[in-house]
Amino acid sequence: MSTQEWKFTAKDIIAKPDLFLPGHRACAGCGPATVLRLILKATRGPTIVTQATGCMEIVGSIYPYTSWALPWIHTAFENAAANASGIEAALKIMRKKGKIKDEHVDVIALAGDGGTYDIGLQALSGAVERGHDFLFILYDNEGYMNTGIQRSSSTPIGASTTTSPAGTAIPGKLEKKKPITEIMLAHDLEYAATATPYYWKDLITKVRKGLEVKGPAFLHVFAPCPRGWRSEPSKTMEYSKLAVESCVFPIWEAINGKRQLSTPSKVISLAPQKKKPVKAYLEGQGRFRHLFTPKNTHIVDEIQQATDERWQKLLQQCTSTNP
Amino acid sequence: MSKEKNWKEISLAAVPSKSSVSFLTGDWKTYMPNHALEKCVKCLTCAILCPEGAIRFNPEHGQVEFNFSFCKGCGICANECPAKAIAMKIPEEEE
Ligand SMILES: Cc1ncc(C[n+]2csc(CCOP(=O)(O)OP(=O)(O)O)c2C)c(N)n1
Ligand code: SF4
Ligand code: SF4
Ligand code: SF4
Ligand SMILES: [Mg+2]
Repeated sequence: MSTQEWKFTAKDIIAKPDLFLPGHRACAGCGPATVLRLILKATRGPTIVTQATGCMEIVGSIYPYTSWALPWIHTAFENAAANASGIEAALKIMRKKGKIKDEHVDVIALAGDGGTYDIGLQALSGAVERGHDFLFILYDNEGYMNTGIQRSSSTPIGASTTTSPAGTAIPGKLEKKKPITEIMLAHDLEYAATATPYYWKDLITKVRKGLEVKGPAFLHVFAPCPRGWRSEPSKTMEYSKLAVESCVFPIWEAINGKRQLSTPSKVISLAPQKKKPVKAYLEGQGRFRHLFTPKNTHIVDEIQQATDERWQKLLQQCTSTNP
Repeated sequence: MSKEKNWKEISLAAVPSKSSVSFLTGDWKTYMPNHALEKCVKCLTCAILCPEGAIRFNPEHGQVEFNFSFCKGCGICANECPAKAIAMKIPEEEE
């Protein structure tokens, strides 16, 4: 990673042409669509993107149209990271044989939570273990949205999906969200981070840092989905912000295993009175509506408690690795 | 314009051949952002957070401009504008 941090303004970001183009077929108010636009603002030269299927792959590539203004390769649901490995290896050998210019090419693998936490995990773990030079970006909308809002191992406790439907049998999903970034950190990555688009400067900076790493890097981007969360399209960025303010999704980065909170989460650690209750984040999202009925309010308390515990653990991890 | 190939005629790896900028999504919208120029502080928050990239800064006019050919009327821009310079309206309601 370069020692000089890249500095930019809102004007610079808007002046750089979009590489994920309009005319894509994402729902109105789609959080992942903003994420795609913003992550591509961080590119620094020739870049190849490979993407697992999922909403963001479909909406940008409905034949014969493409929303990608850079080289982009679709891959199957399970192997975005395997594809990225192949691309990186091919670039290396082609460079060596003089078939392409001797210049660096960044490789980005993109996948949703289904394509990362679940079916794509073995390919991701293998590619990271082999040390390929690529950045894996997970856009996490907490469910299999493209196929009709099924639960994934990223879907949080209590969320109603078509395969964890809230009703008389169950109050939404029973199992907790899998700690994917912890799993990735256990691979001894040079760079892993979490981000969300409301804090766009932080997100773009982290993408650039992930690209600068020579070797694998992992970025977990929390991306509200109004269709799957049954939330107001206009509130997508509000939920992106509330998730951080309630510590449901704190944002932080780990450089060579040293963790530190990013500014919006750091502010809350320094001024705990600013931490919002999880209720402020949950209410208004249709997927959690059933939690606000008398028989289920205890689940809101449990979510609060689990969120507080995770936050305390993260604070400890930040101080213990970064004394 | 040449005829589009069907799925049996395309090669194993399909290569999308047209930019999606020729596929206008602006007619999806119910609500339309109404931008009050005099209130706008040109912070560009709306342009950054719009999922469509439908908001631009035009350096010639020194103003933020909306591209209604792509705007889907989600209302994120209105919700996030710190100056409350954007109001979502149903076009027919405007006089
Ligand atoms: C092997 C395989 N199984 C199932 C599917 C069907 N499928 C396509 S997209 C998708 C869900 C993707 O979920 P996620 O990765 O979270 O992305 P999202 O749609 O939520 O953005 C599924 C199940 C597939 N394409 N391939
Ligand atoms: S279902 Fe969700 S993620 Fe998929 S396009 Fe719609 S808003 Fe975006
Ligand atoms: S967010 Fe509001 S104030 Fe800022 S540029 Fe957009 S319209 Fe103007
Ligand atoms: S309403 Fe939504 S799509 Fe239209 S300009 Fe505002 S943010 Fe963009
Ligand atoms: Mg998903």
